[in-house]
Amino acid sequence: MSAKIEIMLTINGRDHAIAVEPRRTLVDAIREDCGQTGTHIGCEHGICGACTVLVDDEPVRSCLMFAVQAAGKQIRTIDGLADGDTLHPMQQAFMDHHGLQCGFCTPGFLMLAVGVLEREPYISDEDLLDVLSSNLCRCTGYQNIIKAVRAAAKEMRGK
Amino acid sequence: MTWVGRAIRRLEDPALVTGRGRFTADLAAVHWLRFVRSPVAAGKIAKIEAPPGALIVTAADLKGVKPIRPMLHKFNYKPIGQPILADGVVRFTGEAIAVVVAASEEEAEDIADQVDITIDESKPVIDAREALQAGAPQIHAEAPGNVVVEGVTETPGFDKVWASAAKTVTVEARSRRQNATPMEARAGHAAYDNATGRVTLTCTTQMPHLTRTAIADVLGLPESELRVIAPDVGGGFGQKMSLVAEYVVLVWLARKLKSSVAWTEDRRENLIAGFHSRDQAITLQAAFDKHAKLLALKTEVISNIGAYSCFPTTCGVEPLMAMAEMPGPYDFRAYSCRARGVVTNTCTMAPYRGVSRPVLTFALERAMDKGAAAFGLDAIDIRRRNLIDKFPYTSVTGLVFDEASYKQTLEMAVKAADVPAFRARQKQARAKGRYLGIGFATFSERTGYGSSAFSARGAEIVPGWETVVLSIDPSGFVEARIGSSPHGQGLRTALAQIIADEIGVAPQFIKVIHGDTDNTPYGWGTFASRSLVIAGGASLIAAKKVRAKLITIASHILEAAADDIVLEDGAAKVAGTDRTVTIAKMAREAYTQTHKFKGEIEPGLTESGTYDPSGTFSNACHIALVEVDVETGRVVIERYVAAEDAGRIINPMIADGQVHGGIAQGIGNALLEEIIYDETGNILTSTLADYLPPTAHEIPPIELHHMETPSTMSNTKAKGLGEGGAIGPPAAVINAINDALSPFGVEIDEMPATPQRIRAALRAKEKAA
Repeated sequence: MSAKIEIMLTINGRDHAIAVEPRRTLVDAIREDCGQTGTHIGCEHGICGACTVLVDDEPVRSCLMFAVQAAGKQIRTIDGLADGDTLHPMQQAFMDHHGLQCGFCTPGFLMLAVGVLEREPYISDEDLLDVLSSNLCRCTGYQNIIKAVRAAAKEMRGK
Repeated sequence: MTWVGRAIRRLEDPALVTGRGRFTADLAAVHWLRFVRSPVAAGKIAKIEAPPGALIVTAADLKGVKPIRPMLHKFNYKPIGQPILADGVVRFTGEAIAVVVAASEEEAEDIADQVDITIDESKPVIDAREALQAGAPQIHAEAPGNVVVEGVTETPGFDKVWASAAKTVTVEARSRRQNATPMEARAGHAAYDNATGRVTLTCTTQMPHLTRTAIADVLGLPESELRVIAPDVGGGFGQKMSLVAEYVVLVWLARKLKSSVAWTEDRRENLIAGFHSRDQAITLQAAFDKHAKLLALKTEVISNIGAYSCFPTTCGVEPLMAMAEMPGPYDFRAYSCRARGVVTNTCTMAPYRGVSRPVLTFALERAMDKGAAAFGLDAIDIRRRNLIDKFPYTSVTGLVFDEASYKQTLEMAVKAADVPAFRARQKQARAKGRYLGIGFATFSERTGYGSSAFSARGAEIVPGWETVVLSIDPSGFVEARIGSSPHGQGLRTALAQIIADEIGVAPQFIKVIHGDTDNTPYGWGTFASRSLVIAGGASLIAAKKVRAKLITIASHILEAAADDIVLEDGAAKVAGTDRTVTIAKMAREAYTQTHKFKGEIEPGLTESGTYDPSGTFSNACHIALVEVDVETGRVVIERYVAAEDAGRIINPMIADGQVHGGIAQGIGNALLEEIIYDETGNILTSTLADYLPPTAHEIPPIELHHMETPSTMSNTKAKGLGEGGAIGPPAAVINAINDALSPFGVEIDEMPATPQRIRAALRAKEKAA
């Protein structure tokens, strides 16, 4: 254990003043210090991507970033993806196309896909497959995740 | 229009896509646990030293806590016991020896690193065949020779049939070890209630009721002192149906500390200690008559069951399923089998999606292809000659197959794959030094089997039935309390669809309550492709009873004959008139105006249904089209075609999702996933960078085709389909690899067919030439 550092994490537009050890990962800080449990932990090795969040709009595996590294940056998580009761097109598309089963990896896939499509709205199918292969899902066989993300991409471009 | 058969969106999803799902690890606790695990595979614990001031618990503290000792009363089963924490002896790398209790997970991990454990190591045995050798280390005193279970069967006159064969083939099939790898690893949280003295265990399980029964047994408690909750469960696939010793420790500690304690497994723990499966060697011989008609199978199954026997199924689950279901969907009458479950110094085996069937189907379908080659026949042709097509069909092992479509799904898949076009393309590609292959798997999936099937195994704990309690409250709100417990498959939605059609209320107004022993009837949970069939059947029975009551109530209120009343859109209507009464009004009266019904109905609107079917068989044909790079051994699946029949489909969207997911896991099983131990019993695959579930890149677009042969053995006419997807791929994909490699004369009979194995086979051939 080492001394805690006081930092401010801005999650979904809200400031959280917390004190964390330097070794505390961003995902632990989001879940435990800030109480936002929508972001899940799948492997803590940076492989499965269940913990993906957006840090300054870039998809990040929050188990591989320290909380102190995210201080002062804009963090977006699944808990803030919907606009009040209105779902983000990506959330709606995952429901419409059965892009989830157990829902454990889903927050990570949603944030990954949103982050990438905001940056590259016209991403090719091939590049999209590359991006989606960075996260693991054990339930869906990816078929409907790919369908859902393509449908949401169309919807997001239309807005 | 009925709700059953419609691809409605899932009722589960709004919470899950917004981060509002509730998973076990989301709960806060006062105390956090870290298990200290054995760094070696075998030895005697000489000393356990904790740093000063640390709170640790070892086997010495757990006096009076019984070991986990599941039982079978057949098949020469030896009831070996698993201590809750290693008691003097360690039997596999990763076995929990002690547990550290601290105020946070980090602190518990820091302290665990400082716990000093001295073990007098002994030589481990990792491979099941080595464990069978004379002089091998004896892992449990109760199981001399390391054999825990042994099934032997032979049909009368077997040798005579065998001797009459025109040709025989032999497959030495080997399946390497897998881990089911749900994205949510195991987690538990136990909280003591000071007011009542009860403990609530929240854990990520597929079987909350049996978890309570089992923990109460081990701790010697009345079940009433324990409540088990399975909240949202992040996948399980079988791994979460066996009793987890760590959960026993949680409950014990919550009672001891009169507080809350939690444990969230990390991925490494899950990969080394979270149950393994499919480590099997099958020698399968098949005998054919001169028309390539199967006459007999002779098989020896050796299942490496790891260090302990899983509860409740016991380690018999893999070898005995292999023995019973090896004949697959083929028609023949002579069978000989010896199937053994062998203990080794490896992580305990537990059921995983499909259990033995991905392996036995692989062995059997390799044998069919070898048989086809022996007769110079096409792989499709030999299957056409041997698939069963008269129902009910009683198999050589006594299983009764209900109406199904083995031949039809084969033809459907063959047509979709366009085999002649593929063969032409394959020929052209070969001329250019590219190697394409096509592989077939036809198989059955035994689903929805009840207590009669489980009791035949001689199990001490006989699961099978399910109960559903359906109520409409006085405000007209519908609740179904189910004993089964989903783990992410959309069961709530499917059951709501079944109920909706009976009582005329849309599924979105039906709340399905599950996963809480205080609030649901006793039931078994999710495993063996059973929940839709059995909990669905129980839902139908309960819903029909509630429907009958509603019709009686409506006939009084509307002053109409019962036969003229229809239930739809949340109301009862008199057919052909505009007379109608809402379910809400009827529900209110069912509680508050009971005098009106003249004793014709019991007060209230709560009815219970219990269902215990004998079982029903789904079927499918899978076809894989692959390209093998003979320089690197890399396999790319170009197309994957599946024609499946799971009887009446309740929700086609959910059904497709189940098949997709199963096929993806099966492809992982065929090509990628392997838990590897070194010779000292240390696991080399303890991260997801080493143990490789497939990503979106490795799974091709899956082409699904459906038939719906209504089951005569299930009251909803539905068959189960949770596991079928996972059963076919190892056979289809590796048969395709063998087809691709046929110009080289090499054969791969091992799963997963990794690039290393493919290259090794090619190299061996090159060397021999």
